[in-house]
Amino acid sequence: MHVEEKMTVEKWPASPEKQTLEAKNKFLGFWFFLGGETVLFASLFATYLALKDSVPRSDMYLAKDLFEIPLVFVMTMILLTSSLTSVYAMYHMKNFDFKKMQIWLGITVVLGLCFLGLEIYEFNHYVHEFGHTFTSSAFGSAFYTLVGFHGAHVAFGLLWITTLMIRNSKRGLNLYNAPKFYVASLYWHFIDVVWVFIFTVVYLMGMVG
Amino acid sequence: MSTIAQKKGFGATLWDYLTTVDHKKIAHLYLIAGGFFFLVGGLEALFIRIQLLKPNNDFVSAGFFNEILTMHGTTMIFLAAMPLVFAFMNAIMPLQIGARDVAFPFLNALGFWLFLFGGIFLNLSWFMGGAPDAGWTSYASLSITSEGHGIDFYALGLQIAGLGTLIGGINFLVTIINMRAPGMTYMRMPMFTWTTFIVSALILFAFPPLTVGLFLMTFDRMFGANFFDAAMGGNTIIWEHFFWIFGHPEVYILILPAFGIFSEIFAIFSRKRLFGYSSMVFATVLIGFLGFMVWAHHMFTTGLGPIANSIFAVATMAIAVPTGIKIFNWLFTMWGGSIRFTTPMLWAIAFIPSFIMGGVTGVMLGSASQDYQYHDTYFVVAHFHYVIVGGVVFALFAGAHLYWPKMFGTMLNEFLGKITFVLFFVGFHMTFFIQHFLGLWGMPRRVFTYLPGQGFETSNVISSIGAFLMAAGVIVLLVNVVITSVKNEKVGNDPWEDGRTLEWALPSPPPYYNFKQLPLVRGLDAYWLEKMDGKKGMTPAEPIGDIHMPNNSFIPFTISLGLFIAAFGAMFHGDEGNTWGVPVLIFGLLFTLGSMFVRSIKDDHGYHIPKKELLDDKDLGGKA
Repeated sequence: MHVEEKMTVEKWPASPEKQTLEAKNKFLGFWFFLGGETVLFASLFATYLALKDSVPRSDMYLAKDLFEIPLVFVMTMILLTSSLTSVYAMYHMKNFDFKKMQIWLGITVVLGLCFLGLEIYEFNHYVHEFGHTFTSSAFGSAFYTLVGFHGAHVAFGLLWITTLMIRNSKRGLNLYNAPKFYVASLYWHFIDVVWVFIFTVVYLMGMVG
Repeated sequence: MSTIAQKKGFGATLWDYLTTVDHKKIAHLYLIAGGFFFLVGGLEALFIRIQLLKPNNDFVSAGFFNEILTMHGTTMIFLAAMPLVFAFMNAIMPLQIGARDVAFPFLNALGFWLFLFGGIFLNLSWFMGGAPDAGWTSYASLSITSEGHGIDFYALGLQIAGLGTLIGGINFLVTIINMRAPGMTYMRMPMFTWTTFIVSALILFAFPPLTVGLFLMTFDRMFGANFFDAAMGGNTIIWEHFFWIFGHPEVYILILPAFGIFSEIFAIFSRKRLFGYSSMVFATVLIGFLGFMVWAHHMFTTGLGPIANSIFAVATMAIAVPTGIKIFNWLFTMWGGSIRFTTPMLWAIAFIPSFIMGGVTGVMLGSASQDYQYHDTYFVVAHFHYVIVGGVVFALFAGAHLYWPKMFGTMLNEFLGKITFVLFFVGFHMTFFIQHFLGLWGMPRRVFTYLPGQGFETSNVISSIGAFLMAAGVIVLLVNVVITSVKNEKVGNDPWEDGRTLEWALPSPPPYYNFKQLPLVRGLDAYWLEKMDGKKGMTPAEPIGDIHMPNNSFIPFTISLGLFIAAFGAMFHGDEGNTWGVPVLIFGLLFTLGSMFVRSIKDDHGYHIPKKELLDDKDLGGKA
């Protein structure tokens, strides 16, 4: 099958993301990239755990004073849901239903934007209510670096998925862009998994002190 | 794309190299850039040895000495050894597995340009207020308090270059897994391909901790963070851990490809298959695995406590076992072989005793209690130069002579090659052997001078003379390269006559599509098997058909350029009265993102070389 071939439902193969050699390479290479990203976030988690509650003065706020579960729980649910909607999008991609794929990707992007908005609100809250900033203490630096790196990944993912949606909106699915959608959704899942760890290690463990 | 030989103008050639995605041309770029930085690093080494020629010397100032020794280490590891290793991986590995290119030709080019822009950025520090001066390890306790922008150049330059290396590692992993020719099973892959494979996995897992360490350093120095500032709750040991979690695998990232090159050389010039191939593969994998378990042996004197020190000491010594397996396999490969003492073989034979000496001092240093005595003396300097020069640099010289015909189509002069070898080999041992004793006598490393009357004088003179002999050896090699290139006598497929692996079945240099028909691999040492069966070349595994090729692209260059620009903004934005820093930082990042955006939205299907053209193309062959 050729990459530029005009596709129909009948001709659409079972694993459209792995039909050409280029697609297989992209699929495998992206998994390796996520392996490297895992080590990157593991390093950031290690830094955070080493510097958690490490503040220069005793009157400064610590993790247990800062975090409130309701807000972070809502953020977690939004991001988990966005992972689910991207699964729906990939389901429709595999069934050659371009329109429905675009709709579910659109919902994913909206949920991602909601998450980012809440994260910005959250950071703003810590800075103005608690004086907990990037430069106020080693704890602050480690917290904003870990959670901020995740946030930057979310922002990049949103740009990426939006670009793909707009670029392909007129021409529909083919074997050239199917792997692109697929790895973008893999990336989105990865971001979600990292957030699950952040929720556990930073917020839940932060609440218990 | 015409296959008729045409004389291209300088501009066209330059544009070709700026936009190339061909692994063979990218190998040339890596070789030239890495070779250039090798000369720069060598010059810095000579400055160090001139300064230490006599007691109380004032050839350079103390501060400048710190900059030279920092840049010598950083340049040699990141900007010379790594890219030179990458040059051979790019030039040879795809040919060895019977592939037409790497898995991601575009990313291959991107990796090179990121490395080059990172390297240029780092070296611009010399002209912009002073180079980094906290040692190549840049321990946070030193680097956080370093004045000026030197350390900023280090943190940002290595960040950009390191990104390129990571991309290269992923590319090679996928290439080896997905692009092998029919019949090329994992256990039929040449040793150099195996070491490339394992090293790429090490890169994938070792570079992200460096990335994070450099980010923390960047944030602390340029954006007011407090990771390493104890007064604000920070901890400088975090840097040490990240640096060595990266840094120890890094030395295996350098030495394993060297082992691969030597394995090829021993087999070719002993006219025997490599002894204990499967144990060699196993030893490579084991070294790669253990390489991640030993980083704290660089931190014995940091004060991690006796339990941690003991565990890391034992793990360190365990690495001697797989390395020993390799040494014995090389010796047994030569045993009973019909040995030819060519230039590559001389380097390979000299490598064994030289590297063993470095290995033995490595086990000595790995013993935590003894390490307290050796720590920060010239003994350590002698040790790591024995493994890195006696191992990696010997392999780079050997590989340059061995693969020169495959990369450029001409043979380096053997006589001059042997002169290079003798000068460098003698100079190397003269420089570094005596440094073991200097260290044991108490001469500290990284100090710009020493006092008379401590018994260091004669030994330092011997050491410095040795350094000049090494320099002479390198100059002879450069002369050799010039003479060879001017003469330009083209050679055939298998100029060493005893080539065993697939790359020697191809013309020198191979056509841009490598294999007209993918070869059928029938066993280890695929080309040797065919020759022993009386055949001229490989048996094709497919009929002649259209070949799919990637398009050239200028985007890798612009993506890298954006980060290069952004780095200047990041570095200077905190200076007093600076107004352009933040805009430049944002512009650079947008330039990179914009380039990625263009790459994303413009379809790039590559092109096909039509079957007819391949059928007409008799001379360029690439037969199977």
